[in-house]
Amino acid sequence: MSSIGELRTLTKSMRQRGEKTREKMPDNKAGFLFLLPWLIGLVCITIGPMVASLYLSLTDYNLLQPPQFVGLKNYLDMFDDPRLWNSLRVTVIYVVVGVPLQLLLALGIALVLNRGMRGLAFYRSIMYLPSLLGGSVAVAVLWRQVFGSAGLVNSLLAVFGVQGPGWISSPDTALSTIILLHIWTFGSPMIIFLAGLRQIPGQYYEAAEVDGAGPARRFFEITLPLLSPVIFFNLVLQIIFAFQSFTQAFIVSGGTGGPADSTLFFTLYLYQQGFGNFNMGYASAMAWFLLLIVAAFTAVNFWLSRYWVFYEEG
Amino acid sequence: MVTETYSAASRAASGERMRRSIGRAVTSVLKHAGLIVLVVIMIYPLIWLVVSSFKPNDIIFRDPGLVLHDLTLKNYTDGWTAQEFPFTKYLVNTAVLVLGAVVGNLISCSLAAYAFARLRFRFRTLFFAIMLATLMLPIHVIIVPQYILFSQLGWVNTFLPLLVPKFLATDAFFVFLMVQFIRGIPRELDEAARIDGAGHFRVFVQVILPLMVPALATTVIFTFIWTWSDFFSQLIYLTKTDHWTVSLALRGFIDSSSSSDYGAMFAMSVISLLPLFLMFLFGQRFLVRGIATTGGK
Repeated sequence: MSSIGELRTLTKSMRQRGEKTREKMPDNKAGFLFLLPWLIGLVCITIGPMVASLYLSLTDYNLLQPPQFVGLKNYLDMFDDPRLWNSLRVTVIYVVVGVPLQLLLALGIALVLNRGMRGLAFYRSIMYLPSLLGGSVAVAVLWRQVFGSAGLVNSLLAVFGVQGPGWISSPDTALSTIILLHIWTFGSPMIIFLAGLRQIPGQYYEAAEVDGAGPARRFFEITLPLLSPVIFFNLVLQIIFAFQSFTQAFIVSGGTGGPADSTLFFTLYLYQQGFGNFNMGYASAMAWFLLLIVAAFTAVNFWLSRYWVFYEEG
Repeated sequence: MVTETYSAASRAASGERMRRSIGRAVTSVLKHAGLIVLVVIMIYPLIWLVVSSFKPNDIIFRDPGLVLHDLTLKNYTDGWTAQEFPFTKYLVNTAVLVLGAVVGNLISCSLAAYAFARLRFRFRTLFFAIMLATLMLPIHVIIVPQYILFSQLGWVNTFLPLLVPKFLATDAFFVFLMVQFIRGIPRELDEAARIDGAGHFRVFVQVILPLMVPALATTVIFTFIWTWSDFFSQLIYLTKTDHWTVSLALRGFIDSSSSSDYGAMFAMSVISLLPLFLMFLFGQRFLVRGIATTGGK
């Protein structure tokens, strides 16, 4: 079961267990001992800093003087910060365009590959390679050159006598190159889709074929509903990850988010505020704003899921 | 008469069959052709990167092709020494980080996973739910106070901020992966050992760990890949060049004013991708399994 499916059943069972008598817990001591590293990590590395971050977001803090409590000032400042809204716009475009396109391509290729074709393993590995390398600085460096004004794409276009624009130096196209980089890494969701497709029993298709259902009908009545939990799992996680992407925009724009802030991702702006200007309070407020947005997107996803995600045993 | 209609019908049927199989062959060829075109487009930039790294600097951009007219290693020798320290230093730094992260994740995540999968204790369900929720928590919500904490401990510009969390099972992905795996191991095995008087720690070390080697291998491979290509936390914590990693050194090529030396930058990019590529070649089986559970970042 996927992590999301697991979380769903867990919360359900926790809600149901309310009145049940307390079970016997024979391993209390051993359990806490085995869990000790994780618990320390949870307190010191995750929850502690989260609480601290919430407090810092209400202060002015530059690492040198002690934090000054300023109430909601940072949050109010965010509303009047055009660069912040711009960075949010850039990030949302990246997520809303990049994630669905990447998943559609991954699903399409998985469907083509799934029909027991020759060379499946070869195609699957080669298409996965970009996902494996895509997060690295080296690939972002490469991308910067491929779409540079004298880069690979333009010199290939020149072969056909076309004078290409400076893809990365123009505010109109810079973001598209980063979205393209995201789509290029469709291999890992494709592998998840392939694994999901293999779970669908072949008899369903045989029965449908006997009943005279064509390929389109079989896709919409069998494949899509049975694959919908996997699609949902991919969608939720990819959106969460895409909101946090940083490396590609940072490297492609040389750390500036330029040209004209067109690749200034929210995380990049947060980095600039926190670790460039040392506005730790403001950066913390931004981080909570980001968490809120990611949570909102996830909540909407879960809410929408009841209309299209199909769970076999309800 | 009867036989004639029969054979006519069978001829028609075999014609139909043949048309169908020809149709199938045509779609198969078209499908392969389409896939191969896609693969070539996808892989072309990577191959171009490798080939270009062996070309003289001045012709890299004039030549989008993949043919090497005169092979040179100058980019590699230049790139190796282009930054303040030789590239060996950055490779060693990255290797130390990767090794530490791998050991940390193996120990801490497997301990936590055993507890979640096998032991009954208070708050288990609650903790497990929290663990799953942290999978989805953006790192930015904790990075600022974490940075303040580590800088007050004097850990900035050491590897500690990047390594200590790994020993505290903060990579929930691997805990989850291992929990899934341990659940698949028959309980009779550890119960038999328990009846023989083995404590939980012995069961864990002598029964469970040897059986979960595939999950451990997946953890090693993904930890390797993610730590090797990590950038954000390295950028924040490792500001001095003597602690730079491969990622930071490559970024240095973009920053330096003499950024016209694309050849050297390409050569070092190739070097930095090489270990990932080796993981790809030798870890396929585990990679595929890992992606299916973790959701493949």
